[in-house]
Amino acid sequence: MVAGKGNMAAKKYRGEVFINRDRCKGCGFCVEFCPTHVLTLDREFNTRGYHPPVVVDADACTGCDLCGLYCPDFAIHGWRVPVQSDGAGE
Amino acid sequence: MSQGEHRNPVESFLRMDRMPHIWCPGCGIGIVVNCFVRALLKSKIDVDSVSVVSGIGCTGRIAGYFKVDSFHTTHGRPIPFATGLKTARPDMNIVVLSGEGDLIAIGGNHFIHAARRNVDIKVICVNNFTYAMTGGQVGPTAPLHSIATTAPYGSHERPFNLPFLAESSGATYVARWTTYHVRQLTKAMVDVLNKPGFCFVEAIAPCPTIYQRRNRMGDGLEMMRFYREHSRIANGADTRSLDIEMGGEIVVGKFIDRDRPTYLEAMDEELSKRLGNRYVPYPTGVKR
Ligand code: SF4
Ligand code: SF4
Ligand code: SF4
Repeated sequence: MVAGKGNMAAKKYRGEVFINRDRCKGCGFCVEFCPTHVLTLDREFNTRGYHPPVVVDADACTGCDLCGLYCPDFAIHGWRVPVQSDGAGE
Repeated sequence: MSQGEHRNPVESFLRMDRMPHIWCPGCGIGIVVNCFVRALLKSKIDVDSVSVVSGIGCTGRIAGYFKVDSFHTTHGRPIPFATGLKTARPDMNIVVLSGEGDLIAIGGNHFIHAARRNVDIKVICVNNFTYAMTGGQVGPTAPLHSIATTAPYGSHERPFNLPFLAESSGATYVARWTTYHVRQLTKAMVDVLNKPGFCFVEAIAPCPTIYQRRNRMGDGLEMMRFYREHSRIANGADTRSLDIEMGGEIVVGKFIDRDRPTYLEAMDEELSKRLGNRYVPYPTGVKR
């Protein structure tokens, strides 16, 4: 049993987040409102001259899709992937 | 983590060939689009029965981006267009998505009369307190003392309180949320998709480029933080108490949820009473 962040072994799913770097306009909503602080704004620019988000703590993502709801540019979203219930899924 | 595994749900509902959209960095209109798409998915409504109607303005662009039957009307006229559409096709779910300048000022008369008649349309109004697309004139909800191009020393006009206006005009459902309240805003949209009658949802949204820049209110993120810190949820609150002042508290929630006959139902009832079986009732069955 992993007793780490979010106790993932006890969960039936893990979260994933996808970032479309070049669609982002760098507003920072996703970084600010991700409940588990998965994201930060990149120091690098995207092709349109904005700072897109990057994942800094992938394990903390719960797949809640709040980033997807907050992103006004449809550049990020999260989802949940089922994992085996015997704990071997991780 | 490739997008092939899982597509952003909005992509199936939008004309992605028209992206990137015109909205500025930190504009709240895209958040309203996100919530509406999730509400369509959650309500399990037949998407082919949905039509999105918008007027003119930044928010008015929504109709052009939606990959459903949609219509981008002239300024202020989405409600009369939607009323006609609903009358011709009572089986359809008609959603008006437009800004407060379009719906409440230029189309203000249409708004109060459609609510009075209880036309079975859903009106989602993005309120960003200014005429953004035309350069920032005083709009119908611009707070007292706010700066606008037509009020460089501050507005002296009393703004409309939209939930109060909607309730007193006769709407069957009235709610207000900000774009910070994404879950509640989505829930309100699910509610109205499932509810007959004239339903009204106000979505308060940042406009960093026009409204906030003139009023030195910071960027989109700063406004979203303001909503988080200065909103108070008060479901069922008296709509007379929902005025918004510069820098003041924003009361949000679901305020009205009531039932009364829709425009077409009332017509059927009245004419059946008068004409008996000489009257053929209107085919009102809606796919919900
Ligand atoms: S899906 Fe939820 S937890 Fe994961 S990055 Fe997005 S907001 Fe954060
Ligand atoms: S919310 Fe969207 S546009 Fe804003 S920083 Fe995040 S990915 Fe970029
Ligand atoms: S001007 Fe304002 S409302 Fe229009 S797209 Fe820009 S931020 Fe949004």
